[in-house]
Amino acid sequence: MIFSPRPKAKHQRLVLLLVAIAAMVGAVLLAMSAMKDQASYFYAPGDVVRRGLPLDRAVRIGGMVREGSLERLRDGTTIRFVVGDETEATIPVTFTGIVPDLFREGSGMVAEGRFRPDGSFVASEILAKHDENYMPPKLGPQGDRHESGTLE
Amino acid sequence: MHFLANPARFLKIARPLTPWLGWSGALLVAVGVGVGLFVAPPDYLQGESVRIIYIHVPAAWLGMAGWTGIALASLMQLVWRHPLAGVAARAIAVPGGVFAALCLATGSLWGRPTWGTYWEWDGRLTSMLILLFLYVAYGALANADRERGGEGRATAIFGLIGAINIPVIRYSVDWWRTLHQGKSIGVAGSSIDSAMLWPLLISALGFSLLFGAIVLMRMRADLARTKIEARLRRMAA
Repeated sequence: MIFSPRPKAKHQRLVLLLVAIAAMVGAVLLAMSAMKDQASYFYAPGDVVRRGLPLDRAVRIGGMVREGSLERLRDGTTIRFVVGDETEATIPVTFTGIVPDLFREGSGMVAEGRFRPDGSFVASEILAKHDENYMPPKLGPQGDRHESGTLE
Repeated sequence: MHFLANPARFLKIARPLTPWLGWSGALLVAVGVGVGLFVAPPDYLQGESVRIIYIHVPAAWLGMAGWTGIALASLMQLVWRHPLAGVAARAIAVPGGVFAALCLATGSLWGRPTWGTYWEWDGRLTSMLILLFLYVAYGALANADRERGGEGRATAIFGLIGAINIPVIRYSVDWWRTLHQGKSIGVAGSSIDSAMLWPLLISALGFSLLFGAIVLMRMRADLARTKIEARLRRMAA
C-alpha cells in the first residue's frame, strides 16, 4: 500500500462505509416499495377493479386500446374506445379532441380525466404510449399485427 | 489502481491516451450517428423520429455511468484515500451532467411527436431530472470545497449518497407504471431490430470513449492547477 500507512484504519473506514451504504439502500428500497402506488403514473384497468373507482379527483388511466373498439361519434371529434390490460378488466373511454399520431388500436395509451359513477372514463387529454419494440416498417404490422403484452 | 496513485505515473499514461480515446471516440460517433441518421431504417410506428435514440440512449447511459463512476471514485477516496480519486470524480461531473441534460433534451423532443407531450412527471423522467440536479449540486459542492482548499470529503459523501438514484432510474420502468417505455436492451437480448441496434451500440461506444477523453483532459487540467497553486504558494512564502 503506497498511500495508506495504516491498513487498520482503512479497514475500519471500509466497514463503516459499507454498513452506511447498506442502511441507505435498505431505507430507499423501503421507501420505493411504500411509494409503489403513489409513484405510478397511471392506473391500469386491473388496478381500478382492485382498488375501486377514484371518483373524487382527476386521475390517469393507461392500457392497451382494444382491437375493434375504437369508434368515432357523429360529431366528428369525439372518440370512444375500450382500454384493457393483462387482466380481464376493461374501461370504456370517451374523449373529445385530437389524439397523438401514435394513438391506435392495439397500442398503449395514457388518458387523463375523471371516472363517471357508471365506471366509464371521460378523458380530457390522451397520450400515446410507446413500447420497447423498435423495427423497420417492412417487419411491422402489415399482415401480422404488432402485439405488446406489457404496460410498464 | 494502486500504481496510478502517483500523479506523475498517471500523467505518463493519461497524456498519450487522451488523443487516442478522443479521436477514436469521435470517429465511432460519426459512424454510429451517421449510419443512424442516414442509413438505418425508420421505425414502423414512430417513423423518422426514432433516429433520436442514436444520441438519446448513449446520453442516458453515460449520464448514469458518470454518476456510477463518481460513486466508485468517492468510495476509493473515502476508504483508501486514493490521491487521484477525488480528481477523477470531479472530472466526471461536468461531462456526466452534460450527457444527462442531453438525454432529457432529446427525450423531450422525441416525446412531443410520439407521446404527444414534451414532459410528464412519470417515474423515469422525474428520476432522470433528479440526476441532472444532483450533477449541478455536486459541481457546486466540489467547486466550493476546492476553493476553500478542503479535502473534498463532503463532496465524496454526496457522491456516494447520490448513487442511490441510479438504480431508481434503472428500475423505475419496472417498479412503477410509467409513460416511458420499458427497457429494450437487456442481458437476454434486445427488442430493437438489428439494423437499428448496431449503429446504436457503435454510437454508445464512441460517446463512451469521448467521455473518457474528456475526463482525462479534465483530470490533467485539475492536476496542473494544483501544481500551479502549490508553486505560487511556495513563491509567496
